[in-house]
Amino acid sequence: MYSEVVMDHFTNPRNVGEMEDADAVADVGNLSCGDTTRIYIKVKDDVIEDIKFKTFGCGAAIASSSIATEMVKGKTLDEALKITTEEIVDALGGLPPAKVHCSVMAADAIKKAIENYREKNKED
Amino acid sequence: MKRVYLDHSATTPVRPEVVEEMMKYLTDNWGNPSSVYSRGREARKGIDEAREKIAHLLGANPQEIIFTSGGTEADNYAVMGAAFANQKKGKHIITTSIEHHAVLDTCKFLERQGFEVTFLPVTPEGIVRVEDFERALRQDTILVSVMHVNNEVGTIQPVEEIGRVCREKGIIFHVDAVQSFGKIPVNVDELNADLLSISAHKIYGPKGVGCLYIRKGTKVQKLFYGGAQERRRRPGTENVAGIVGFGKAAELAIKEMGEETEKLTKLRDKLIAGLQEKISDIKLNGDPVQRICNNVNVSFKYVEGESLLLSLDMKGIEASSGSACTSGSLDPSHVLTAMGVPFEFIHGSVRMTLGRDNTEEDIDYVLEVFPEIVDRLREMSPLYNK
Repeated sequence: MYSEVVMDHFTNPRNVGEMEDADAVADVGNLSCGDTTRIYIKVKDDVIEDIKFKTFGCGAAIASSSIATEMVKGKTLDEALKITTEEIVDALGGLPPAKVHCSVMAADAIKKAIENYREKNKED
Repeated sequence: MKRVYLDHSATTPVRPEVVEEMMKYLTDNWGNPSSVYSRGREARKGIDEAREKIAHLLGANPQEIIFTSGGTEADNYAVMGAAFANQKKGKHIITTSIEHHAVLDTCKFLERQGFEVTFLPVTPEGIVRVEDFERALRQDTILVSVMHVNNEVGTIQPVEEIGRVCREKGIIFHVDAVQSFGKIPVNVDELNADLLSISAHKIYGPKGVGCLYIRKGTKVQKLFYGGAQERRRRPGTENVAGIVGFGKAAELAIKEMGEETEKLTKLRDKLIAGLQEKISDIKLNGDPVQRICNNVNVSFKYVEGESLLLSLDMKGIEASSGSACTSGSLDPSHVLTAMGVPFEFIHGSVRMTLGRDNTEEDIDYVLEVFPEIVDRLREMSPLYNK
């Protein structure tokens, strides 16, 4: 039921793990099914220099987190904020209709991490 | 790659002996059983023989067996048919919160038709309490429907006791025996069942065929209108090869039940014990003892069920899960929910149901690959702290 891209990202997730010296962290939960994603970002000169994720969820949730981190790594914060769930699903080669909701956490978590980063640096 | 099929409660492969019997009715004896000439009579004979076999195995009379398209139709026929045929006596139905959707959703449909349904709760182990059932009884209760064995957690329900009470009170009792027939004794008199559903493809027979036992004298309104087949109760040209295969599969299942149960119980307990020994934060769902011989249902904290199934599938292991993400409807298992299993455990539940082809080596293989799979997914989970 999943595309080859999804299975590849599920089997060999990119940027999975933790980051000890992260500049910002964000947790996003999916209330409809109980999945959770955590995103860590390291920012330098307004660019996402490094990104890591951890996801508790189904194949679609893990694969969308993985591909989304790949898509925004090296992008400016403004560019990264524009990432949409549609783009993530397209990049995955599509998802079964019932699983699309599983991919929304990725974009949300990235946005929240960037917001957290900006909030924190405003204070400094 | 090694392949281990552990989803026998979903369906089973058709046994070669069954295929062989069926082939005769797909090739030589392909006639319409309602026809008067010999080709039709040959087909009729096949159906009659299958009906006699199944009736005998259930402790019933052949006239009390109505072939259907499977367990779901049998359940619909029983519940809807008994409710509509007896609604002048009352409109109250009792069932349980852990029935198969074939019963559960039919009861919900009947609620919309003006019936009142009590959905009995279950213990944390997934077993209905007879006291709760007795307390739910009313003057206007016309039908009680309780499954013999739960399809998700394998718990064996106290249907004998419930049936005895129904018999005393003259209430129609339906038993969904789809998951029990062929694994534990199913006798309509011992269970005091007036209606009883079974299915062929759970016992190494073909898909698309099952039957409803209807005790003589039980009023049941039919679902379909048409010809005179199945004594007018279930019109439509019979699935002859399917019915013949069903008869053969049932005969073999009952013949081999004793040794098969013994073998599967050993494998089941080995699998449960092995997983509990090798993996932390694990929970066995259902009752450890009052459990059908082939069911293993376990939950792993911090791991999501669908991810587990995908990972198992990559290792050639085929299983199922009660996770919301595998249901297609986003609803987590209604059975585990009714048992009060905490959400994080429902999300990480896996059902493995054993069958006649499984071996000790299969279990060793599962126990070898399972811990790494859980470890890998937990490593990825933000909820997990080592």
